[in-house]
Amino acid sequence: MSTESTLRIVWIYPDLLSTYGDRGNMLILARRAALRNIPVETYEVRSDQQMPTTADIYLIGGGEDGPQALASQRLIADGGLHRAVNQGAAVLAVCAGYQLFGGSFFAKGAQCRGLDLLDINSDRGETRAVGEVRGDIDPRLGLPPLTGFENHGGRTHLGPGVAPLARVTAGIGNDGQTEGAWNGKILGTYAHGPALARNPAIADLLLRWAIGADSLAPLDDTWPERLRGERLAAASAV
Amino acid sequence: MRPLDVVSVSGTLVAVTDGKMPMRAKVASSVSRTAAAFSRAAGRGDGSVIGGWIGLKIDPDLLRNLASGRAIALVSGTNGKTTTTRFTAAALGVLGPVATNSFGANMPTGHTSALARAGSTPFAVLEVDEHYLARVIDETTPRVVALLNLSRDQLDRAKEVAMMAQMWRTALAAHPDMHVVANADDPMVVWSAVNAAHVVWFSAGQRWMDDSWVCPECGSPINRAQGDWWCTGCPLRRPVAQWRVEEDGVVDPKGDWHLVKLQLPGHVNVGNAATALAVAAEFGVRPIEAVPRLASVASVAGRYAQVDRDGRNIRLLLAKNPASWLEAFDMAEVAPTLLSINARDPDGFDTSWLYDVDFSPLRGRQVFITGDRAYDLAVRLEVNSVAFRHVHTFDEAVQATPPGRLEVIANYTAFQDIRAELDRVN
Repeated sequence: MSTESTLRIVWIYPDLLSTYGDRGNMLILARRAALRNIPVETYEVRSDQQMPTTADIYLIGGGEDGPQALASQRLIADGGLHRAVNQGAAVLAVCAGYQLFGGSFFAKGAQCRGLDLLDINSDRGETRAVGEVRGDIDPRLGLPPLTGFENHGGRTHLGPGVAPLARVTAGIGNDGQTEGAWNGKILGTYAHGPALARNPAIADLLLRWAIGADSLAPLDDTWPERLRGERLAAASAV
Repeated sequence: MRPLDVVSVSGTLVAVTDGKMPMRAKVASSVSRTAAAFSRAAGRGDGSVIGGWIGLKIDPDLLRNLASGRAIALVSGTNGKTTTTRFTAAALGVLGPVATNSFGANMPTGHTSALARAGSTPFAVLEVDEHYLARVIDETTPRVVALLNLSRDQLDRAKEVAMMAQMWRTALAAHPDMHVVANADDPMVVWSAVNAAHVVWFSAGQRWMDDSWVCPECGSPINRAQGDWWCTGCPLRRPVAQWRVEEDGVVDPKGDWHLVKLQLPGHVNVGNAATALAVAAEFGVRPIEAVPRLASVASVAGRYAQVDRDGRNIRLLLAKNPASWLEAFDMAEVAPTLLSINARDPDGFDTSWLYDVDFSPLRGRQVFITGDRAYDLAVRLEVNSVAFRHVHTFDEAVQATPPGRLEVIANYTAFQDIRAELDRVN
């Protein structure tokens, strides 16, 4: 795509999976890279385009059942995302995008084949999970608590090939106990939409994975920290 | 509960003169009006909801009975329905008195109350919440239904866009005699109406396209160019519009152009006016008669209202979802701007949509932010490179603004909070 030193971010299929402000994650990553003087380029790859295999970070968002199933079919047929992941790309998969990274998921009343890039399987819960979600992130990742808003009907079961992203302290997440999953440089979460707005530390983790850095210059996160404080407290109050 | 405008008005009770109405319906209608009057007298709003609710408890068929014998237009869509309803009622005023739910009470309780209040008025224009359109069509057997647009709105609870389009399509199929006035520029609207026997298309533009890139018929991508759109996988495409906006006027089906002078700002309201003219034409009202009446509409339930306070001219713009934010930016002048965001029940609890709005038109303006969810907005504006100042009260923003225009753009309950500060301006 471009020179080696440029950080390349791909947003997968915004025409299919962009229901809840998913663009925010791309904008936030690009901004936090640019503020560190990391050259960055973003690509919105539509479902009728070939998936690039050499980008550094791939983002996939939430969506309705039909587009979710279609996205999965096209990504399987395209194969580019699998190659990118095998080459070590970092991934943030959100909500419907998180589900389709697993072996299977439910859409429109039928079981659909997923990408098999995370050892998870999703089915339907008895109730829809809607509201604030909060969790303590896997200590190995060294991040502060997760905060987000979830809105999904799925329940996700983790296999031995992944670890939960977080232990739920409010809300539902995968099943009321754990939330999201991670393995290698792939993160999946039910914290939908612009999840990185409330979790700048996860944005920086993705950036560190992508450029192979142990740390990044700190940024002025006054407003994101105020937002985090407010939302973490709000989740406690529920 | 979906949002409702709650304002105080003085209402006049009109006797129901329709002798054909069953006794139960008469009693229900009378009690409904009395309850609404008590609610108003108690200062608890305009009474549309409580009055209709009580009436429907007594007679579940009350709306059907009240609608019987009237020529009714329904107006539905995600955005613009309150304003278009007001414009349409103004246009139909050419024919005589028109019943309407002009306070945004757009569910069956509100419709019942509006018709109960209307006496024997032969015409009615009703704004209908898009979720309730099928039911209200069934109960009111309208002469015309106007379909404006469909886009994402309060997604933590509302039906998703494709499901809503399917509901509309099913509702129209069940009423083949009904006339439909529909927006040719919105693929979801076109798909819901394309099989209707009597459909008039209008072109009011589609500013927000991100909910209709996938064909609702076949799932293929939709292409767009120069105002046209077409599915790449099936015959669905933009129909030719009989009514369209051109410059600051509206072209009618005969090709005549009518200058449309409005008090309401923005190109989007010229589109709403075009829709109203198309609906009025279905009742035999000619544009040349209707156009002057549209200019009489100055504000709609506080929206677009201007208030002078301490040398500032404050204008209120309601923006409740991504599409309506784009419209608000189109209307707003380059002036100091206060943005206020809440996420209470009528707003939806999820603020993710902030990232579906590009706030960059505000760059370079003096921007203030407030509301319950000001921090979400702060983070969004920072990412969008829009400088801002956080204020804790509406008055703090007013005092920090130089004399002149202050544009206020707020989502639903934030808008109502500010209206309350301004003494319930209409």
